Amino acid sequence: MAIIPNIIFAVVLIAGIGFFARNVRKLARNIRLGKSTDRSDNRSQRFKNMARIALGQQKMVVRPVAGIMHIIVYLGFLIINIEVLEIIIDGLLGTHRIFSFLGGFYTVLIGGFEILAILVLVAVTVFWIRRNIIRLQRFWNPEMKGWPRNDGNLILYFEMVLMVLFLVMNATDAPFQQMQAGNVISRFIAPWFDGLPASTVHVVERSAWWLHIVGILVFLNYLYYSKHLHILLAFPNTYFASLNPKGQFNNLEAVTNEVKLMMDPNADPFAAPPEGEDDAPPEKFGASDVTDLNWVQLLNAYTCTECGRCTSECPANQTGKKLSPRKIMMDTRDRLEEVGKNIDNNGTFAEDNKSLLDNYITREELWACTSCNACVEACPVSIDPLSIILDMRRYLVMEQSAAPAELNNMMTNIENNGAPWPYNQMDRLNWKNEG
Amino acid sequence: MKVPTMAEMMAEGRQPEVLFWVGCAGSFDDRAKKITKAFVKLLNKANVEFAVLGTEESCTGDPAKRAGNEFLFQMQAVTNIEVLNGYEVKKIVTACPHCFNTLKNEYPSLGGDYKVMHHTQFLKSLLEEGRLAIEGGKFKGKRVTYHDPCYLGRANGVYEAPRELIRKLDVELVEMRKCKKAGLCCGAGGAQMFKEPEKGNKDVNIERTEQALETRPDIVAAGCPFCNTMMTDGVKNKEKEAEIAVMDVAELIANAEEL
Repeated sequence: MAIIPNIIFAVVLIAGIGFFARNVRKLARNIRLGKSTDRSDNRSQRFKNMARIALGQQKMVVRPVAGIMHIIVYLGFLIINIEVLEIIIDGLLGTHRIFSFLGGFYTVLIGGFEILAILVLVAVTVFWIRRNIIRLQRFWNPEMKGWPRNDGNLILYFEMVLMVLFLVMNATDAPFQQMQAGNVISRFIAPWFDGLPASTVHVVERSAWWLHIVGILVFLNYLYYSKHLHILLAFPNTYFASLNPKGQFNNLEAVTNEVKLMMDPNADPFAAPPEGEDDAPPEKFGASDVTDLNWVQLLNAYTCTECGRCTSECPANQTGKKLSPRKIMMDTRDRLEEVGKNIDNNGTFAEDNKSLLDNYITREELWACTSCNACVEACPVSIDPLSIILDMRRYLVMEQSAAPAELNNMMTNIENNGAPWPYNQMDRLNWKNEG
Repeated sequence: MKVPTMAEMMAEGRQPEVLFWVGCAGSFDDRAKKITKAFVKLLNKANVEFAVLGTEESCTGDPAKRAGNEFLFQMQAVTNIEVLNGYEVKKIVTACPHCFNTLKNEYPSLGGDYKVMHHTQFLKSLLEEGRLAIEGGKFKGKRVTYHDPCYLGRANGVYEAPRELIRKLDVELVEMRKCKKAGLCCGAGGAQMFKEPEKGNKDVNIERTEQALETRPDIVAAGCPFCNTMMTDGVKNKEKEAEIAVMDVAELIANAEEL
């Protein structure tokens, strides 16, 4: 009967990881709904970017307070995972602190975990205060109402509870405390349990141990339903991000083909399309829904953790316009989730008469963008909200001819006289002879 | 003013060292034309063999592309590339960061591959080659703040060339709260120049002007004709136009020399 806890542990572990794997598959399928874009070039530069931006947290420290706090939580997350490994082995084999044979090194490890745990607790509390007491503007923008705000706080509570459980687990571990090595923090917590019978302390220790590992599995599965996927997706996202100068917008190939045909003096405008080509639907220009975006843009949407640095740097948002680059990313993700659920329920996508444009992102938001790249620069994980805005403008202009009237004037001028204003092209050099 | 065109040069069987891409603002906008002329004076002073396309130049297509009209952009691009390649242009300099960005980044994949420089980069290279000397003179000791144009700064990482030129003028270069990578837009990019802004509580150029005024400058320097317009409007809105001048980096240098 002694192996029953091990069996229960194995079942919980498999269920936790299995459910997570199922959601990861769903995530991958949804991202693949995007159009193809080739990011297989320049692997060494891409690895460097990932190492620098995701692993090295380089862009986080642009804002030092949040950046340093974040690095603490990030290190805590990475390093305390070694402890989770021990817990898993102990749980499966019924051992107790299997790594303790490492002796002095183990002491250093556990001591390090305990210090990190307390630092994480402090950092997470600071985060909570920033969100809820100081109420930093970027956490109170309109798109942060309701679930996004609760989601942010819930993650902080999760982390607090996990860290407390870890410390309590160590504090109530009698053999571990007796060693008087590595318990740099928990030795101050242990006295709280003085006077309780040893059996009760042991129950507390076991409970904390179980709740800690179950809590981690629950948190793992919570990721998919929250903004918190960035802890995984920040890595592929920084790897696949554009390597071009920020000002370079892609040239649409479908348009290039049409333009070349128009400029080709030998092209026959009345020629019948080649055999077999007339079945293919004509290429749609720009994006009105998530499936018109490319997979990197969709990966961007899942990676966004709603920190709002983009929005707080956006000139349009700062001056009271409706545009918020963070909302563009959140809308893209929410619509993609909706499309994904639709596919889950119907096998293939069943028309729902909704789209990213208008149902989620309004035209007013799209036209407020100055394409200044402040949002792209601000993002700590290389998300590009501007490329989505541009693709949606392309749809509005090329598929719907729905540009604001003044922009239509500007474009007519360029077409007619090669300048955005109505001046004669023959007058282009007049400045030479003026005063 | 000596401004040869590519056509004239070709007729004489000569190839200029660099093509000066004037841009629509530089050709037609009254304020921007002054920048164009200041830059030409500097080119002439440094004995740079340059030429312009003149009436053969046409909009790069930048505002059309940012507005979402990829068709119009590519039509403009392909037409311009045909002209540029016809003249076997190798090197282009322009005083407009929007033209700079488009020519440099978006023309190559359409068949137009040139070495493209912003005029501040080009002036800096003239300085380094000893072809142009900058003397402080007129602006000595003045407080100058430099506004980073988005399409020069963040978009292409050019932050230092304009600043180095300004420092040569013996002025006090003061940075705004938001500068370089974190610089705030003037509000004109992404085709906003050609339309009314969306509803909000402030215009972007007013916000940016306020940031500039915080540095108590004598001069707001810019490197873009559109930023220049936006900042000039902002300074006027704050009724500071009598005390504060908005000037392009090329104008600062040309005026310092009283060219």
